[in-house]
Amino acid sequence: MPFTIREKQELVPTIHQMDVAAPLVAEKAMPGQFVILRIDECGERIPLTIADFDAADKTVTLIFQEIGKTTRQLASLDAGDSIADLAGPLGRASAIERFGTVVCVGGGVGIAPIFPIARGLMEAGNRVISIIGARSADILFWEERMEEASSKLYVTTDDGTKGHHGFVTDIVQNVIESGERIDRVIAIGPPVMMRAVAGVTKPFGVKTVVSLNPIMVDGTGMCGACRVLVGGVTKFACVDGPEFDAHEVDFTLLMSRLAMYLPEEKEALDYEAAAEPTI
Amino acid sequence: MTTESKPEKRPEMAKQLPSERRSNFEEVALGYNRHEAVAEAKRCLDCKKPPCIKGCPVGVDIPRFIRQIAEEDFDSAALTLKSTNSLPAICGRVCPQETQCEAVCVLGKSGKGDPIAIGGLERFVADYEMESGVAAPDLPAPTGRRVAVVGAGPAGLTAAAELAKMGHAVTVFESLHAAGGVLVYGIPEFRLPKSIVAAEVDFIRRLGVDMLLNSVIGKISTVDELLFRYDAVFLGTGAGLPSFLGIDGENLNGVYSANEFLTRVNLMKAYLFPEFDTPVKKGRRTIVVGGGNVAMDAARCALRLGAGEVTIVYRRGEDELPARVEEVLNAKEEGIIFRLLTNPIRILGDENNWVTGMECINMELCEPDESGRCRPVPVPETEHTIPADVVIIAIGTSPNPLVSMTTPDLETARYGTIMADETGATSKPGVFAGGDIVTGSATVISAMGAGKVAAKAIDEYIGGAVRL
Ligand SMILES: Cc1cc2nc3c(=O)[nH]c(=O)nc-3n(C[C@H](O)[C@H](O)[C@H](O)COP(=O)(O)OP(=O)(O)OC[C@H]3O[C@@H](n4cnc5c(N)ncnc54)[C@H](O)[C@@H]3O)c2cc1C
Ligand SMILES: Cc1cc2nc3c(=O)[nH]c(=O)nc-3n(C[C@H](O)[C@H](O)[C@H](O)COP(=O)(O)OP(=O)(O)OC[C@H]3O[C@@H](n4cnc5c(N)ncnc54)[C@H](O)[C@@H]3O)c2cc1C
Ligand code: SF4
Ligand code: FES
Repeated sequence: MPFTIREKQELVPTIHQMDVAAPLVAEKAMPGQFVILRIDECGERIPLTIADFDAADKTVTLIFQEIGKTTRQLASLDAGDSIADLAGPLGRASAIERFGTVVCVGGGVGIAPIFPIARGLMEAGNRVISIIGARSADILFWEERMEEASSKLYVTTDDGTKGHHGFVTDIVQNVIESGERIDRVIAIGPPVMMRAVAGVTKPFGVKTVVSLNPIMVDGTGMCGACRVLVGGVTKFACVDGPEFDAHEVDFTLLMSRLAMYLPEEKEALDYEAAAEPTI
Repeated sequence: MTTESKPEKRPEMAKQLPSERRSNFEEVALGYNRHEAVAEAKRCLDCKKPPCIKGCPVGVDIPRFIRQIAEEDFDSAALTLKSTNSLPAICGRVCPQETQCEAVCVLGKSGKGDPIAIGGLERFVADYEMESGVAAPDLPAPTGRRVAVVGAGPAGLTAAAELAKMGHAVTVFESLHAAGGVLVYGIPEFRLPKSIVAAEVDFIRRLGVDMLLNSVIGKISTVDELLFRYDAVFLGTGAGLPSFLGIDGENLNGVYSANEFLTRVNLMKAYLFPEFDTPVKKGRRTIVVGGGNVAMDAARCALRLGAGEVTIVYRRGEDELPARVEEVLNAKEEGIIFRLLTNPIRILGDENNWVTGMECINMELCEPDESGRCRPVPVPETEHTIPADVVIIAIGTSPNPLVSMTTPDLETARYGTIMADETGATSKPGVFAGGDIVTGSATVISAMGAGKVAAKAIDEYIGGAVRL
């Protein structure tokens, strides 16, 4: 039973949005959860966060960045094409409660997963201060959506082409130092960004949650590929997470494990490139 | 051949030579040919009170199908097998017959010769049937009852097949993208070709069973939600949660659970990378920790991926190795090194978090304890290091809690197994369970036996056909 792509668009260069028909997943999905998909018989199983879901329309929205073999292949698909396998909703849902004031930080493609969480927190009656950042203005997306899902939105770019010239952590620091009581911070983005946010909030003792993105295979607790170290204890991110207490996460381990297959990832791309001209 | 001159011996099954097979993923054991099978079948005494049937956890009518082979009526032999065992081509390959039906065979017991090669004959008939085209099964009138089966391993597949044969409408929910459970993600191609599993799963589909893949129960639906839509639920979710040693260095790059390593290699076909997208580390020196079938499979896969040196590290002795004797022998023939009475202390790594070796200590066995098992104890000052760039931990698995966590009124035992009585009934009305999820890691055939027993109990529970 393949999963049909209903809509597909390139939001900004190399970042794509895809709405996939998956009725049962769409019905059950909650903010913070993800799917594992496999494009075809030869494909790898990769996790992507459910960036939005529409139970009436029976679709889930995925946002992904082209970085390697699988995400490039995914980007080459169009509306009407289908994906062989898609399982979800996996992982624990994000805690959506009335915390008070919550800072939501989304970096790069991490803006997508932070969106449903910010929206959920707003609906639950929180004051939501969102901070989204990208390398440059031309790869920043979903600004309007985030605007709607937040009480206040800050934008940062590394090169200063939009909003604050600098990193999301600068704004996190400002917001906390402004004296406003912050009850919770949730940050999703590249591991370096999440580690930096954790570093900023720790001295202030602000509860901070990050969504970890280790390499996964099954996504159901069966393999342990997704092992992360949190507070000195090994956890399986796919079932125990993906969200964890940022101040307890061993980011160095996360980053080194993410680099485990760099030579093979290059080999996969080279193999693909060598095969292309004949098609 | 040998059987004709020495009828007390069973024909030896042809195998790929160790020197060849250690570098390919093709099947090791090649099966009997027609001539060998018929000759072997003719050795059977067709006992009046055949103990072999009792030795089979699903009660296959062994002398009957063997007689049909001897009469060269292979189609009937296939029917006999299939009437009690829905997965004969699989069982013929992976069942530990030497501790089951063959262990009690009168021929072997009486010392008159080898026990009949029941497994080899089972495989012969199943393969014959697959080659000659499997007959479409006759199905009874639909009963109007609906049963949900969770997990498409041997337990779930058997329960589904049996229930379908009773006329119930069965839907199987499987979390992975392929049906078969351990048969597809764990047991390697060279012991059990995946095309064989696919063909046997296809047979079950043709019984009318609906297979919903990519469906994780506990996530996409809870058991309670299933009970709204189905008259009964069978849980066959296996024992798929990998255990680690809990020693230093287990999160280093290059350290795998056997489940991850085998899943990458078998389910995701990493041995065909980069044609298939999933990578796996091909170590130059691989250590596998553990002494069971899973450890043997992992070691033999590592060897076939091209590891120059593969070492099994096991804390007890040769006699205590829990793996099938045949698989230990195969592994040894292929050149796997066994470091027995050796226990890991910690895994060593470099500054980039890559594994470099394992520190171990020698063990010795003390007197057997009440349970009869010899407890290994470390020998002081025997610490040593074995270099490695891949380490695979194959020390066991426990049940995945996804289902029990989301089903509060389902009683579980220590280590997370689901409590079920001898019919498979759990503490929750309408919910039955069987296979590794109830017993902890066991065998394909015991899981199938449990699926079969539960199917009968479910049939009784839902009370046959819907009366209008
Ligand atoms: C819970 C979770 C949610 C995620 N959500 C998103 C998302 O919404 N959008 C998005 O763009 N990306 C997301 N990712 C990351 C995404 O899965 C990877 O970018 C993708 O797998 C890369 O595959 P590739 O073949 O294109 O690249 P490759 O060249 O294979 O790998 C590039 C890098 O991606 C990582 N990676 C590779 N394989 C996997 C794998 N099987 N699982 C996880 N990471 C892997 C590694 O760090 C690797 O170095 C998420 C990851 C996790 C764990
Ligand atoms: C590497 C290896 C080698 C082995 N070799 C042998 C051998 O040679 N001979 C032998 O007899 N036995 C062998 N065994 C043991 C045997 O495979 C198992 O005992 C048997 O497969 C158990 O069957 P099962 O149906 O209970 O579970 P499994 O085969 O584990 O199947 C369970 C299925 O349920 C699915 N599942 C789990 N949770 C969910 C959920 N929440 N929702 C939906 N689906 C779910 C899983 O994905 C899986 O497909 C081996 C085991 C391993 C790991
Ligand atoms: S016990 Fe052995 S000899 Fe007797 S019927 Fe069974 S297989 Fe044949
Ligand atoms: S991805 Fe396999 S256990 Fe988490």
